Amino acid sequence: MRPLGGKPRGAAEALIIPAGALAVSLILFGIFVAFAGANPLAVYRTIYRGAFGSWFSWQNTLQRAAPLMLTALCTALPAQVGLIVIGGEGALVIGAVATVAMAAVLPGVPPPAVVAAMLLAGMGAGGLWIALAGGLRHYRGVNETISSLLLNYIAIALMNHLVTGPMRDPAIVHRPSSWHVGEPNMIGLIPGMDVHWGLVFGVVACAVTWVLMEHTVFGFGARVVGGNTRAARIAGLSVGRLALITCFIAGAAAGLAGMTEIAAVHGRASSSLVAGYGYTGILVAFLARQNPLAVIPVAILLGGIEASGGLMQRWHDLPDATVLVVRGIIFLVILASEPLYGRFRIFQQRTA
Amino acid sequence: MEALGWWGVPLAVLGGAIRASTPFLFVSLGECLTEKSGRINLGLEGTLVMGAMSGYGIAYLTGWPWLGVVVAGSSGMALGALHGVVCSRPRVNDIAVGIALMLFGLGLAFYLGKPFIQPKAPRLPAIDLGWWSSSPQVRAALEVNVLFIVGAVLAPALLWALNNTRWGLAVRAVGDSADAARAMGYPVNRVRLLSTVAGGFLAGIGGSFLSLYYPGSWNEALSSGQGLMAVALVIFARWDPVLCFFAALLFGGAGALGPALQSVGITWGYYLFNAAPYVLTLLIMIATSSTRRTLIGAPGELSVTK
Amino acid sequence: MMSVQDGISRRSVLKMMAAGATGVAASLEVSRASAAARLVVGAAYVGPKDDYGWNQGHAQGVAALKQIDGVKVVEEENVPETIQIQKTMESMISLDGAGLVFATSFGYWEHMLKVAAKHSKVQFLHAGPTVWKDGMPTNAGSYNGYIDEAQYIAGIVAGYTSKTGKLGFVGAKPYPASLRNINSFTLGARTVNPKATTQVIFTGDWVLPVKEAEAVNSLADQGIDVVTCHVDSPKVVIETAEKRGIFSSGYHVNQATLAPRGYLTGAEWNWPKVYTDYVNWLREGKTWPHLRRGGLKEGIVRNASYGRPVSEPARKHADRAKAGFMDGTFVIYKGPMKDNTGKTVIAAGKSHGQIDVWLESMDWLVEGVTGSTRS
Repeated sequence: MRPLGGKPRGAAEALIIPAGALAVSLILFGIFVAFAGANPLAVYRTIYRGAFGSWFSWQNTLQRAAPLMLTALCTALPAQVGLIVIGGEGALVIGAVATVAMAAVLPGVPPPAVVAAMLLAGMGAGGLWIALAGGLRHYRGVNETISSLLLNYIAIALMNHLVTGPMRDPAIVHRPSSWHVGEPNMIGLIPGMDVHWGLVFGVVACAVTWVLMEHTVFGFGARVVGGNTRAARIAGLSVGRLALITCFIAGAAAGLAGMTEIAAVHGRASSSLVAGYGYTGILVAFLARQNPLAVIPVAILLGGIEASGGLMQRWHDLPDATVLVVRGIIFLVILASEPLYGRFRIFQQRTA
Repeated sequence: MEALGWWGVPLAVLGGAIRASTPFLFVSLGECLTEKSGRINLGLEGTLVMGAMSGYGIAYLTGWPWLGVVVAGSSGMALGALHGVVCSRPRVNDIAVGIALMLFGLGLAFYLGKPFIQPKAPRLPAIDLGWWSSSPQVRAALEVNVLFIVGAVLAPALLWALNNTRWGLAVRAVGDSADAARAMGYPVNRVRLLSTVAGGFLAGIGGSFLSLYYPGSWNEALSSGQGLMAVALVIFARWDPVLCFFAALLFGGAGALGPALQSVGITWGYYLFNAAPYVLTLLIMIATSSTRRTLIGAPGELSVTK
Repeated sequence: MMSVQDGISRRSVLKMMAAGATGVAASLEVSRASAAARLVVGAAYVGPKDDYGWNQGHAQGVAALKQIDGVKVVEEENVPETIQIQKTMESMISLDGAGLVFATSFGYWEHMLKVAAKHSKVQFLHAGPTVWKDGMPTNAGSYNGYIDEAQYIAGIVAGYTSKTGKLGFVGAKPYPASLRNINSFTLGARTVNPKATTQVIFTGDWVLPVKEAEAVNSLADQGIDVVTCHVDSPKVVIETAEKRGIFSSGYHVNQATLAPRGYLTGAEWNWPKVYTDYVNWLREGKTWPHLRRGGLKEGIVRNASYGRPVSEPARKHADRAKAGFMDGTFVIYKGPMKDNTGKTVIAAGKSHGQIDVWLESMDWLVEGVTGSTRS
């Protein structure tokens, strides 16, 4: 399998090709909305206003970007070892369930300790969930893409079962929901901003995993495995261990997103958790070309498009699916631009 | 009408298998063909939903459900062609393109499908295979759509064609080793493109079954992941079209198990019953995969088995 | 060939497709410039607003506001019940100047309260069985209808029409409003046929077309000949029942055109009245209660007109019961009443009128219902 991550073949190239692809996608999208009778220029302006036009819009965008950074890592990190994992949705849900369970077994414990325990529980459970896919791949040869996809469905079914039965809070009569983690244990908003702590978690997770993958022995080993498994074996690398740990970290990131959904937004687990963050995260990871650091701006971009989705409905009478169409076009164009890397002399001379 | 009680459960599962299996069958046959050529198209969920929408829309606008089926197949071909063309470019990952195409197909179908949520389109006709029975339940369970029969015939036909025809040989050769196929003079990318287009056609038709026959309605939640499941189903069926047929029946029947058990009073673990097909697929993959050899029947070029 | 004149006409669909958003962008600046003088009403839906069901009912209510001079409506559909609904409401307030926001999905409640606390000048209203309590933002409230009254009437009709005495109910989840609908429907039917039973199947989620069709089929296999439901979009349930040749009773909005042979009646919302009231009250400077409820009498819910299979005596009986609701003399939940496990839930001599909040946390199924409140 071809390495999915790896070093960009040059900083300029890595910036200009995606930017060009983005511009092409926006033009295609403009043509698309023009067919629907909307004025493309007005739509562009709305996207800008809704995403980045004001402090309110910025906060809206960042809030939506936060979970995407974490779920994107769930795909971007395994890609470093050559695995395509699409299980972010399931790891998020499992992380959320574990968060609630952890809070439930710690009544009367001071909130900072509960929050720390919830962080560990969410990350640990999400990590194990994806490590399961990685382990099945390594030890049994089960394809990780398909198994992580199946694990999404299984995780959601498990959560639904738990919140309608064993973990159900009987006081919440109108919708099956788990117990609440307790108001004092909620982590709330970043001071001075209308954005919850998930944003900080997301940025830190992206930065830390980037350092891990680009600047440590572990990361180097992982990328060698991703480049050529056989060569890595010959070089004496413990392929299984590297793959499993990478999958664990990836799942932990998505589990952290689930923990944040509980501790900063919902307080309890319910079917509202299944909101597609995991699937959008796959898109973010591929657009960022599996680079953890690039995940940050790409997540903000996607968050911005989502933030402006409501305005496209309200101001242009475009259906809510417009956001899905833009995302689909960007994704396809970015993938189609892949062969362009290394094609332009000008980049290679400058960065050789 | 007489009550069947417990006997209703196997009958409901049988009826459910026949009713709900057709989309699984068409998508998995399409995916099987595509994968035999060495590419995986994870985007068939988008193709299925796009087929459902376009088929319903055309049937409603023209009054001809069969024209809807044709258009559904054609929109599937278009999405398949997009997949095939983008993947033909060097260094492009087919799994990623599939996911992109799934998002795009869903988005496009929801976008264009808004005006069709309300109206009622004419349905595809059914064939009454239960005419011999006096029990209305049996008759209802054996009410079969033409597409199901087409799919049932197509499965062995596809198996035969893959093994006995020149293009079947080309598909298999390209799927097993691109280099060897190239040496034999096969146009690798073209064979794969055509296999993906044909796969998209079948998946689109599977979608039209959802919207034009069962449940026979268009809305955005119509396919609860049948297209994605069908991809797993192909692996489950070991890339054998005839096994795809039986696996599709199994998956369809599994979906009917939950409601059927409730109708006789078993209500525990409802969500777990709904997850049964996924757990089953995962268990079978675990039981039959191995790190030492590729899966039996797996095309050598396929990225998910390498 | 089936008629294509049902629901909306083919021409209007083509027009919708062609027109898309023509002209909207052009008029945007103008409308926003004059927004200050007008009342902007925001509405968010959890699904598509033309789903033949829950969301469509609310969209019909909101559509009525568009007719009022000086009112501008901004809508968003398919808004998930996560922090996204908070951002949607805040965006309607910050960018469109919304002064009144309707949150039309149950899961929006907690989010709405958070936003309401931050925007004290904006009024927030939630559709559902939620109850405002002291300490919650004073600019928040909820509205809901006693649609089970209409289900009781539908039950009477079903009891008369059913030949087997076996009725079916396709639910999404066993939550109180669903259980109350099931119970009222069953109680209505049992006033006519004391042996009538209702078999319940929960699909597990609000929109699951294939499961809903499967549920109707397995009910039909059990000999059930009248089906009603409580799912977000009853289209599939009604159509499948019609296909199986059994009777159906609608929910949320009128689905009679989907089942011309078997449609008996249906329990429907009448949101245009509710929404128009709120806007008028706001513009007249009136205050409203935090909790607004009402049934047939208040005109918040209604029954669909009887279908052809409904006999004359059935109509008469149902109309008589309706009159009891209209003059406020009739109470559905009167003791002695047993649940389907044989336990007495309402003691003899005790009665719970419709406005009793106890009924809004119902967790039992009445005698005659086959099914469990667990899922």
